Amino acid sequence: MFSSTKLTSTKTGATKTSTAIDNSSSADGQYSAAAQGQLAKLWAWIAAHPKSIAAIILLISMTLFMTLNVNGYWDFALPLRGKKLLALIVVGYAIGVSTLLFQTLTHNPILTPSLLGFDSLYVLLQSLLVFFLGAISFTSLDPIAKFTLEIVLMFGASLLLFKLLFSKSSQDLTRLILVGVIFGVLFRSLSALIARLINPDDFVVVQSASYAQFNTVNPQLLGISLFICVITAIFVWRWRYQCDVLMLGQAQAVNLGINYQRLAFGLLTVIAVLVATATALVGPVTFFGLLVCALTNRIARHMYHTERLILVSLVAMICLVLGQTIFEQVLDMAGVLSVVIELAGGLMFLALIFMSQRRSL
Amino acid sequence: MSLFSHRTHARLKSSTAPSASSWQSGTGNALHRRTVIPPWFINTASLILMGLLVLLSLSIGVADFSWSGILQSLLTQSANSDSSLLLVSRIPRTIAIILTGIAMAVAGMIIQVVLKNRFVEPSMVGATQSAALGLLVVSLLFPASALIVKMGVATIAAVFGMMLFMLLIHRIPPTDFLMIPLIGIVFGGIIEAVTTFIAYQTESLQMLSVWQFGDFSGVLAGRYELLWLTGGLCVLAYIIADKLTIVGLGDNIALNLGISKRQVTWIGVGMVAMMSAVVVLTVGMIPFIGLVVPNIVSRLMGDKLRRSLPAVALLGASAVLLCDIIGRSIRYPFEVPVATIFGVVGTVLFLWLLLRAPAEQ
Repeated sequence: MFSSTKLTSTKTGATKTSTAIDNSSSADGQYSAAAQGQLAKLWAWIAAHPKSIAAIILLISMTLFMTLNVNGYWDFALPLRGKKLLALIVVGYAIGVSTLLFQTLTHNPILTPSLLGFDSLYVLLQSLLVFFLGAISFTSLDPIAKFTLEIVLMFGASLLLFKLLFSKSSQDLTRLILVGVIFGVLFRSLSALIARLINPDDFVVVQSASYAQFNTVNPQLLGISLFICVITAIFVWRWRYQCDVLMLGQAQAVNLGINYQRLAFGLLTVIAVLVATATALVGPVTFFGLLVCALTNRIARHMYHTERLILVSLVAMICLVLGQTIFEQVLDMAGVLSVVIELAGGLMFLALIFMSQRRSL
Repeated sequence: MSLFSHRTHARLKSSTAPSASSWQSGTGNALHRRTVIPPWFINTASLILMGLLVLLSLSIGVADFSWSGILQSLLTQSANSDSSLLLVSRIPRTIAIILTGIAMAVAGMIIQVVLKNRFVEPSMVGATQSAALGLLVVSLLFPASALIVKMGVATIAAVFGMMLFMLLIHRIPPTDFLMIPLIGIVFGGIIEAVTTFIAYQTESLQMLSVWQFGDFSGVLAGRYELLWLTGGLCVLAYIIADKLTIVGLGDNIALNLGISKRQVTWIGVGMVAMMSAVVVLTVGMIPFIGLVVPNIVSRLMGDKLRRSLPAVALLGASAVLLCDIIGRSIRYPFEVPVATIFGVVGTVLFLWLLLRAPAEQ
């Protein structure tokens, strides 16, 4: 996780300071001019092709994920790791795209669905279902039927939450975020309360849903989440130009002939479904979406959704796959990735806040 | 005296000092309402409420207990099962609850005055989280150290956490008063992530959860006495109440009235750190008390601490008592930790405060 961040950030840093490096080192005269020219060219090429670079890094990390420390037990390792890899890729896509779309919809690079409590809402819905149905009928329910039910509920609830958040306090961004964060805390506390009120058996079901874990994913839902990813990807890809127009602002978008109500409704549907998918697979992760979107916005050459949608998915997948490879295989700390991601994301959030603060001063 | 505070507030309003306007936002209404409900009435009512809750708290529990048994043991001057239950479990528990409630509420009030922000409390400035981190580190490095040493380390850690936080928000203009709790929540989350990481690596998550999750079920005679220290600190807070009030009025006014802002700030930070450390060590974190209770009291009685601190303390104790009683009876004979109950109650109240507070001008 850290190394991938470093890779991407050095890349962007280098593009910006490449001229500066050029000047200073030519004064030093330590490197030959030819080598330097080549280096600068390489950096320029890297900066010009962020998508291809990200795809290459992703491929390398996927290979590493599948092959490191297998010790010859291929029949055992490949199917197991294959499922995990697939789940990580689905989660990366879901979190990255949902966050990016949410930021487009709200015209803000700091807001993310999980920051405003959307994934805690999903966990709460799950606990409520266990509470009212009981763990036995909850687990014996067909996973696909259950998941569909959850997604429908999630859609309704997130629409309500969105309306509530953006009608009362849309003019004051800080208040909006704070209210969203506190709603998240409230949903989490309510889930914790429900977890205490139900049987210990049911408690295990709820508890496993309310902590982020990247090394144990829910394999039952893989098929349906892949299906969801494909469907949403088709829709989002068709909306990509409309999203570009939406970036100009609501009034401008309407003026340019966008059916704002319909587009916003469609985007919110996709966001709700993707948040539900990601949370169902790995549990709630507060800052991951923010982290990958901030990284993407730095690497991307322009703000068009055609580029950023692909890039954000790739960056999110790299973070998860490479991070999990490093922590599980190299450092032997399988459960730590979620903590590290929350840590890095939290720091990124503070950095974004302080940067916007400085800009406004 | 009430005239004086009324006039200072009026002057503040007209002078449009940026540091005061944020602090005042909740006070404007309170000044008008104060004439309706006299302070003595609120204090008496809170005292009666607390007395009733204490009686209720003493009578509720799983073990067989009757007041007639107590009477019998008093009359015959001999100990029976009822009296020993009362002395070993019920009374210590009730005292611990009262002291914790008082400590957290008063600590919240102090930190709100010192930072001149209505929406902060010990768990939103990194105090409780840093205390837990300090406790974890000292317990891992020196497992055999005495309770008082652990408390000292936790206090120092809490002071450092708060210093770091104050350094972070140093640049934020005080008018942006909702930004500070937002940063505080994320800051606390980052410290918590670090703590969880360490605990995960050292397999001491269970030890950590005792401090992170406020619960009175483990309180027996001999295990809570450290909490009396917070009682002493609250008395100290009452003694320096006037100085705190003046510091809360703004830097210029404090300077004008001959109060060293720096000195009072440090005393306040030290007291809040110690209260947080003791509470985390003996019962665990209970978020939102320090936020909700002072806000409600200052809406009723204004911000003159000499007058409002008793009500803050009494209502804080009542709030924790009530939540503990709910926690003990909601799923009788099992217990729901008080932190879970207050997590729900406190966030709802906080959302109410946030949504009804006037928007920034």
